[in-house]
Amino acid sequence: MKRILFSLMAVAGTIFTVQAQSDQYKSAMKQQVALLDSNSTFTVGGMQQLANTFERIAEAEKTQWLPYYYAAYCRVNEAFMTENKSKTDEIIDKSVLNIEKAQALKGPDSEISCILSLIASARIGVDPMTRGMKYGPESAELLETAQKQNPENPRVFVLKGQSAMYTPEAFGGSKTRAKEMFDIALKKFATFKPESDIAPNWGEGYVKELIKQVQ
Amino acid sequence: MLKPFAICFLILLPIFLRAQSVTVKGKITDAKKRPLAGVNIAIKGSYDGTTSAKDGSFSFTTSATGERIITASLTGFQTLEIKAELGALQDFNLVLKETVNELKMVTISAGSFEASDEKKNTMLKPLDIVTTAGANGDIVSALKTLPGAQQVGEKEGLFVRGGTGTETQTFIDGMLVRNPFSTGMPDFAARGRFSPFLFKGTTFSSGGYSSLYGQGLSSALILESTDLPERSSYSLGVMTIGGSVGVDKLSNDKKKAYGFEVDYANLSPYFKLVKQKQEPVVAPQSLNFSTNYRLKTSKTGMLKLFVTGSWNKFGFLGESLEYPGEKEEFRVENKYIYTNVSWKESLGNGWRIQLGSSFSTNRDKIYMDTINKSPQPSRVNARQDFSQFRAVLSKNLGKFSMLRVGSEFQYADERSALNNMHADYVDSYSATFAEADIYFTPRFVGRFGTRFEYTSVLKAANIAPRASLAYKLDAKSQVAFAYGEFYQKPEQQYLRFFRDLNYQRATHYIASYQRVTEFFTFRGEVFYKEYHDLLKTVPSFNNNGTGYAKGAELFWRDRKSIKNVDYWVSYSYLDTKRDYLNYPYEVQPDFAANHTASLVYKHYIPSVQLNIGATYTFATGRPYYNPNRPRSEFMQDRTRTLNTLGLNVNYLTTIGKGFTVFVLSITNVLGNDQEYGFRYSSDGLRRNMVGPMAPRFFFVGMFMSFGIDRRQETIDRQ
Repeated sequence: MKRILFSLMAVAGTIFTVQAQSDQYKSAMKQQVALLDSNSTFTVGGMQQLANTFERIAEAEKTQWLPYYYAAYCRVNEAFMTENKSKTDEIIDKSVLNIEKAQALKGPDSEISCILSLIASARIGVDPMTRGMKYGPESAELLETAQKQNPENPRVFVLKGQSAMYTPEAFGGSKTRAKEMFDIALKKFATFKPESDIAPNWGEGYVKELIKQVQ
Repeated sequence: MLKPFAICFLILLPIFLRAQSVTVKGKITDAKKRPLAGVNIAIKGSYDGTTSAKDGSFSFTTSATGERIITASLTGFQTLEIKAELGALQDFNLVLKETVNELKMVTISAGSFEASDEKKNTMLKPLDIVTTAGANGDIVSALKTLPGAQQVGEKEGLFVRGGTGTETQTFIDGMLVRNPFSTGMPDFAARGRFSPFLFKGTTFSSGGYSSLYGQGLSSALILESTDLPERSSYSLGVMTIGGSVGVDKLSNDKKKAYGFEVDYANLSPYFKLVKQKQEPVVAPQSLNFSTNYRLKTSKTGMLKLFVTGSWNKFGFLGESLEYPGEKEEFRVENKYIYTNVSWKESLGNGWRIQLGSSFSTNRDKIYMDTINKSPQPSRVNARQDFSQFRAVLSKNLGKFSMLRVGSEFQYADERSALNNMHADYVDSYSATFAEADIYFTPRFVGRFGTRFEYTSVLKAANIAPRASLAYKLDAKSQVAFAYGEFYQKPEQQYLRFFRDLNYQRATHYIASYQRVTEFFTFRGEVFYKEYHDLLKTVPSFNNNGTGYAKGAELFWRDRKSIKNVDYWVSYSYLDTKRDYLNYPYEVQPDFAANHTASLVYKHYIPSVQLNIGATYTFATGRPYYNPNRPRSEFMQDRTRTLNTLGLNVNYLTTIGKGFTVFVLSITNVLGNDQEYGFRYSSDGLRRNMVGPMAPRFFFVGMFMSFGIDRRQETIDRQ
């Protein structure tokens, strides 16, 4: 009887541990995800720090796609903001490693396609004259894929608008189109329900900033 | 028997474990003791960790205890893992080593200018060649703005460091190209046959090039054909002198692609508007086509098939130099086909194989007549068939070093007939080569190679050793040295008549310094070249010619100082003399100028999407032969200094769904006299200046490209 009791207790102990870990994961993620849309973290250093934290969580968990996803997102932002262009490619390479791991765990996903599109755009920044021809259309194609995978994903339209806004007009950019995209994004944000409180839901604040610039 | 306390303990164990905490702190630097910020420091397998501060310091608490692994990672550095016993307060002094990537590694650089999108650290991008003003999309004309090349306008080819145009060979995917230039008229340079858009990489070597290539005494132009396109596209070009259409189709699985391009040009309407030095009697027309098929045979394998052909004809009527008041007519019709098949595959274990085969045939029909004078017009019928096979195996040695071995075989069938006089020959040429790039350290590399050649027409063999060294002084700059022996058969036009000859030989010594930063590039090079066994035609055909060339060259490129401006300046000083062909003794040859300089300027105006480019070139006078001077003053006359300014304007826009570029280009905008040399009549009483057909050439064109990309459609459907 006591043996049984002991076994039960032991099982309870294990469950408790697992539960504690999962809680630790959720609370750590929640805390970091909350920092994503804040202006104070949207700097090279801030993004680097967040990416580092997400990478630590990702490498400790190994089976969760979200920490890899966020690590990739923060890295690519770090790459966009890095002033030393000779380092940009290496930072992007790190982002690629993370998003590939996320994709291996999650499978094809609209949010992942969005990051892949951002990565292609970041590659252009290193040398727009020679890389624009290759990565511009690649980035656009990835957004089409993202849209097919989830037409309700507002981030697809944030990125489409952003791309239209920053592409020179001769290469198909347009401020009016950017605004159209941002408007769609805002509508989609209003109805978008993230899968959980730590699932991707960034971009609404950012798009409101951008929309002011294309008015 | 467990006490309730024990049970309680078991349940609470995880909490107790969490409750203990240790502070991990320390400082992190690079190998040179400079603090590193942004390093991700973590306890492996836990969330615990932090990012290092600006001064490289870090500190965090962890509940982990016992022997754990601490990791430190930062972009651009090798990740560090150390085992540590976590317990008492600990101080860690961590040192990260930089990763070695392409940017930090030294590269073989002496004598070569590379334009590539794929490789970093190159001086140029393929786009730079296309956008160089005054070059009109001709690879060789664009490369003439680089140090080492002469401004020779009356003959085709790259005249490099005291070498003739025929001393520069063109290679496509490793294979030598026979007739890389279209057939022109004497004293007027013809254009290259290959569009710069066909290549993803272009390397112009002004000396000391790799053992993989041979038969160029001075220089090699190494072209690498493009792989699969990024996406399908269509193109359309409308020009003042003709038009072009092209298709490049990529399969849905992105594993194969095919494409073709056709262009037609007819210069007669243009010649009606812009008067030429000579009167066109046959409307200058050209028709070019090219088609290609590229197949990814596996993850690492690539098969490429490329066929290009061209047909062109023209004819001019000019004043006769021999018979004053009479006219001289020159007409030519040329047909050319070039095919190239290549296959690359990785064989595992660091081995790679590259097989290639190419075939070309060139036919010229030339008609020359001094109307009313010579007994009968001269008709030249010439045909060159050239086939070759090539195999190269390469093997990675360790992390960066590489070994390449290979062999090639060429078969040339050369025929030519002047009226009924035939002069034909065939030649089998074979070569075997081996070369190793050995990285002693990532900063110090040596390339050692040798090449063995045999050619049946001369019944002669040669062994050509070559070596290069490069050492990186710091992250941005490096020094390099090169030495090599280079052999070349005498030109076909002499071999046709006399074959009891030997190879001509040149020995190169090069020292160079370069500094490449994100926006600035500087290169300085000095060289010494010795010519041996050059071909002599007077008093008889022999290999007793000699010569030398030495000089210094500078290159400076700046993409930052002026907003939206990219410019480069090159300067070459050349001191060369040679005794060859009919020269009586060693003199500075007629294709060599002592000082040559170019300024290539590209200005982008984003507000109106305008690209403005200008190329200014300068060269001091070149020697020319004046028969009225005594033998002791052979080649003592000099032409006038050459100054020319080329201009182009590109306007980028979109028409419908096509990305469109409008191009306007003018060569020699200022109309400076282009004096390339002089031709004398046989009695020495009259002479003609050698120069371009017209002072300027105008070109207006519109090029559209349509990518199959469904962006717009998808948006319209919403």
